Amino acid sequence: MKTGFYPGCSMKGSAREYSESLLAVSQALGRELPEIPDWNCCGATAAHNLDRDLALALPARILAAAEKDGMYEVLVPCAACYSRLSVTRHELLGDEDLRRKISGLIEADYRGTARVLNIVEWLGGIPDLESKVRKPFAHKVACYYGCLLVRPAGIVNFDRPEEPRSMDLLMKKIGADPLDWAFKTECCGAGFSVSRTDLVARLSGLILDDAVQRGAEAVIVACPMCHLNLDMRRPNIEKLAGKKYNIPVIYITQALGLAMGIEPKKLGLQRHKVKVKFTQGLAKPPAASITPASAKPTAGAKSASGDSPAEAPFAGPSAKRGA
Amino acid sequence: MARIGVFICHCGENISATVDVKKVAAAASRIPGVAHSVEYKYMCSDPGQQMIKNAVREKNLTGVVVAACSPRMHEPTFRRACAEAGLNPFLCEMANIREHCSWVHEKSDATTNKAIDIVRTLVAKVKKNKALLPIKVPVTKTALVLGGGIAGIQASLDIANAGHKVILVEKQPSIGGHMSQLSETFPTLDCSQCILTPRMVEVAQHPNITLHSYSELESLDGFIGNFKARIRKKARSLDEKLCTGCGLCTQKCPTRKIASEFDAGLGLRPAIYVPFPQAVPNKPVIDREHCTYYLKGKCRLCEKICPTQAIRFDQEDEILEVEVGAVVLATGFDIKHGDFFPEYGYGKYKDVIDGLQFERLASASGPTLGEMRRPSDGRVPETVVFVACAGSRDPAKGIEYCSKICCMYTAKHAMLYKHKVHHGRPYVFYMDIRAGGKMYEEFVRRAQEVDGVQYIRGRVSRIYERGGKLVVKGADTLLGARPMEIEADLVVLATAGVANAGAEELAQKVHVSYDPYYFYSEAHPKLRPVETNTAGIFLAGACQAPKDIPESVAQASGAAAKVAGLFSQSELVREPLIAVVDRQAPPLYSTCVGCFLCQAACPYQAIEKEEIRGRDGRLIKTVAKVNPGLCQGCGTCVALCRSKSIDIQGFSHEQVYAEVLALLNRGESDV
Repeated sequence: MKTGFYPGCSMKGSAREYSESLLAVSQALGRELPEIPDWNCCGATAAHNLDRDLALALPARILAAAEKDGMYEVLVPCAACYSRLSVTRHELLGDEDLRRKISGLIEADYRGTARVLNIVEWLGGIPDLESKVRKPFAHKVACYYGCLLVRPAGIVNFDRPEEPRSMDLLMKKIGADPLDWAFKTECCGAGFSVSRTDLVARLSGLILDDAVQRGAEAVIVACPMCHLNLDMRRPNIEKLAGKKYNIPVIYITQALGLAMGIEPKKLGLQRHKVKVKFTQGLAKPPAASITPASAKPTAGAKSASGDSPAEAPFAGPSAKRGA
Repeated sequence: MARIGVFICHCGENISATVDVKKVAAAASRIPGVAHSVEYKYMCSDPGQQMIKNAVREKNLTGVVVAACSPRMHEPTFRRACAEAGLNPFLCEMANIREHCSWVHEKSDATTNKAIDIVRTLVAKVKKNKALLPIKVPVTKTALVLGGGIAGIQASLDIANAGHKVILVEKQPSIGGHMSQLSETFPTLDCSQCILTPRMVEVAQHPNITLHSYSELESLDGFIGNFKARIRKKARSLDEKLCTGCGLCTQKCPTRKIASEFDAGLGLRPAIYVPFPQAVPNKPVIDREHCTYYLKGKCRLCEKICPTQAIRFDQEDEILEVEVGAVVLATGFDIKHGDFFPEYGYGKYKDVIDGLQFERLASASGPTLGEMRRPSDGRVPETVVFVACAGSRDPAKGIEYCSKICCMYTAKHAMLYKHKVHHGRPYVFYMDIRAGGKMYEEFVRRAQEVDGVQYIRGRVSRIYERGGKLVVKGADTLLGARPMEIEADLVVLATAGVANAGAEELAQKVHVSYDPYYFYSEAHPKLRPVETNTAGIFLAGACQAPKDIPESVAQASGAAAKVAGLFSQSELVREPLIAVVDRQAPPLYSTCVGCFLCQAACPYQAIEKEEIRGRDGRLIKTVAKVNPGLCQGCGTCVALCRSKSIDIQGFSHEQVYAEVLALLNRGESDV
């Protein structure tokens, strides 16, 4: 009964620190994460835009290899890979003819026995995570889920597709204060990072701006693509917005690693474009990371009631309503 | 010697397109005991029935098999035809070669052979059929109406005006239902309460109507014409006979900050309260969850102040047992609340409200006395966004149906807002506008063209707060799916209409079926829309599906007409397909050994003990006996009986074995 690990391309390249932090955390938790033997590319965006069989065959080959190796579940930390593997499993299990056809293509009998887990699901399944916390991650965080982690709803069947909260709950477990914000699942620009950097700068800028406006000290992500756009494209974002954003973007595993007292270097925090300033002395008030624009953290939230405290003839929130 | 007639129907092409009916008729004629075998295009038509009648008389038939559609469809038709020709109707059986054969298979020899098999089994059965006589049962001419909204009120008044007694049960402290909460009604914009409250008063004063408010159905047993209902009259904590409804207690109650159910959570009420000023009955109830006396054991101010000493803190729930002949379910609907729309901030932002809350804001009797003020800070909203289809027609939210009333009430809301805030800017996000109904389309047009409501075809993806405004993000699909944002002061969600929370439990109590959304199922979607599959139980209003007021009222009158029709008979005829316990000549008397396992298993309490005594009065044995009035013919006792002493008339062991054997003995010569 072992859990396999599918790194995919980004974990070996642009998101090395995601992989480093995950493995550091899993080691500290005493959970082995063997890589799936002879894994291949998941097909990413390219395959399913070009050829349906190819888009299914690539993930099916990965999953079949995992099954053959005795893995009953597979952890897929990259949200895009997770989506491809989940969709493939869903489609093949729902269509016996298709399953046979794809099994023929990959020359292996894909059975669908191995579950596909994303990082939040995997961490959520670790009992008593709170007890592993050495230095509570006492920061205001904006949990950013992006587009693929919780969608499509019928296939991933994990958390709410529009207003997810699983990552927020995990952050609470490690002592963080997850904020209620509006851009949890908005698009970061994703694969347009290369071809339409201007689009990415605008979309990712909106995400950062809302997080900062609400007083977040860090954006927490679980997707290499999201990280790339929010972190590496920061100069483009700032140029378009005409202002500076110092808010760091860190992987969920890095935040967890810090809380577990793992050395920042082991978590790859030095690899980010936007420096993570609160890695030392975690207990200090982290005012340094906030931009001037967010000096009034909850500026937006209360101003309406400020100038007109009209007598509100109303009861409490409607949620209180009797059955 | 049996002389069976077999009549094979083409059902137009429904059967003959896949089954070779001529072959079936030929094969049937070779079955031993079959004296007559024919096929015809429409057996259920007049000439078809005439064929059967003629054959029964001329060929002196002892049994009839009609190979056609499901017995649910036409068994009564053909049994009636046989009866008219002088054959006991229970000697006529239907072989279902449509639903069980032609509709579910392709055209082939195998399909035809299956039809022949079905015919042969029924021929074998009908040979064992016995002539049966229908059972006659009396009718209790009192109707039980569950739910005191507009549908229940209308049904009660119509039945009562037809001269029959009505027991109306409402779970809230007052009748009136959702309609009493509405401000104005579409498409005429007349005041909802003004047209409803006279009806409520009429209910209260009608000599034929007994109203039990603040009461719920506990259980329902029996069958059409002879139901026994137990009603739980919840403790109001006061003596209704003494209370004059003066209202002193409600004015003086010190616990005053309870969210009012009637105001959809926007207004406040005290712990002893009348839901709204025009309530019927106008008698308060004490909310024991909030009353200081029940929580802390002190206060009793209402008791001290009451001029007629009507307060009864120690009152307990009371169970009433009533006998009724028919039941009308008019339990209404609810709208989706709570955690349903996290991405719209519903339940999180005070200024994201639902349709019923908007009704209360717009109502002259509401928490703002009809002034358009938003819940968070009481300011007049300058921009209001209305979101239609909030959850409806959305498989991702688990609700695939159209809630039907929202297009119209959203147009009404936008219109009412504009009438109250002339400079205001109302926007409506919609998927499609479904305004089918008399003067409905014109009404929506009026909202758009006369009142200047901005309709945007597209869905809203998210609503969030920014700088004291609610940012509504959506798309305008008529302008190339352009993403758009509106900064609103108030957002009104037309959340999906859903079944009441207790709908499933009630359905199980009264044994009616319901759909996956817990709306009650009608007996036939087109031809029997007010009946349920349980005889004697009828439907009215939105407990069946979301409906507007005129439709609810029409269905309620329909249900009342059905009840009046039922009550016009002094006794009912029931099919005798019930269980019977074996009886034999002395000295055996019965194969029943008197273990009474069947008695414990019977869901209808229909099994009684019968003592068989000799002439000298000596007890010979005690055996089971089935009460024909209570037995529903479910067969549970038959399956359980250890000595095989119980049979269902019309489905005896002998008949069923004959069918199975006929199916097994299929010979090649039949084809």
